[in-house]
Amino acid sequence: MASAAAEMDLVDILDASSGPIDIARYVDFVRDPAAGAIATFEGTTRDTFEGKLVEELRYEAYVPMAARRLAAICAEARGSWPLLRLAVAHRLGTVGVGEASVFVAASAVHRAEAMEACRYLIDEVKASVPIWKKEVYENGEVWKENKEFLERRAAHHEMDPAHELKETSNGEE
Amino acid sequence: MEIAGGLNDGTGEMNESKVEKSAGQDIKIKVLFFARARDLTGVSETSLEMPDGSTAGDCMRNLLVKFPSLQEIYNSMVLAINEEYAAESTLLTSKDELAIIPPISGG
Repeated sequence: MASAAAEMDLVDILDASSGPIDIARYVDFVRDPAAGAIATFEGTTRDTFEGKLVEELRYEAYVPMAARRLAAICAEARGSWPLLRLAVAHRLGTVGVGEASVFVAASAVHRAEAMEACRYLIDEVKASVPIWKKEVYENGEVWKENKEFLERRAAHHEMDPAHELKETSNGEE
Repeated sequence: MEIAGGLNDGTGEMNESKVEKSAGQDIKIKVLFFARARDLTGVSETSLEMPDGSTAGDCMRNLLVKFPSLQEIYNSMVLAINEEYAAESTLLTSKDELAIIPPISGG
């Protein structure tokens, strides 16, 4: 799409050797003299799941597709709100408990647009960007599953069966 | 009836040679397994030789025979072709990259 907009989007999939997310780098990237607001979201890793103590979390990605999806959801956000700059970063590899695994920042002239876009971006990361997290416990490990992904999959399967009853009605959001 | 004769003219099109002779060569598909799919198959990638005209769903059925353990995630996974989500009905061409995407858990 418009390369001018693409230059205002920073998408990073950080490999295991990158260490903690440099939050200031992404906030500074979206800083803009025209902006009246910067909204950010930091996703951090929890220490317990169903009462079990989580020792560490390991992330992996289908990197080229994840980068492509992240760029696409930034473009979608720009289609929905007037935005200045966007940044999304996701870590891979082992992430210690309590550290940031994902960070999103959006700037806009007014705060409502920045906050809504920030929310949209993290929700889309959860629903559609091919990144996986394994939780490692003292005695076992499990691949987590985002409910946002499963809900979207279910909706597509309802909408998309063999029969061709495609209603072209309003119902989009 | 002749009332809407124009609308009934489509039948002749059936003669078009849309059904290509499927004497085509096999196509080669690269398959990627991530996360739980990789754990279940024990490999991160494989390749399939499929008849020309095969869909992503045809490949999936083939993979379920080759790796029966994939049945465990078949009802929660999705497919991607060349880094884009795709339906099982999508036609494949040689050198396509098919990815098995188990439930994602980024964030």
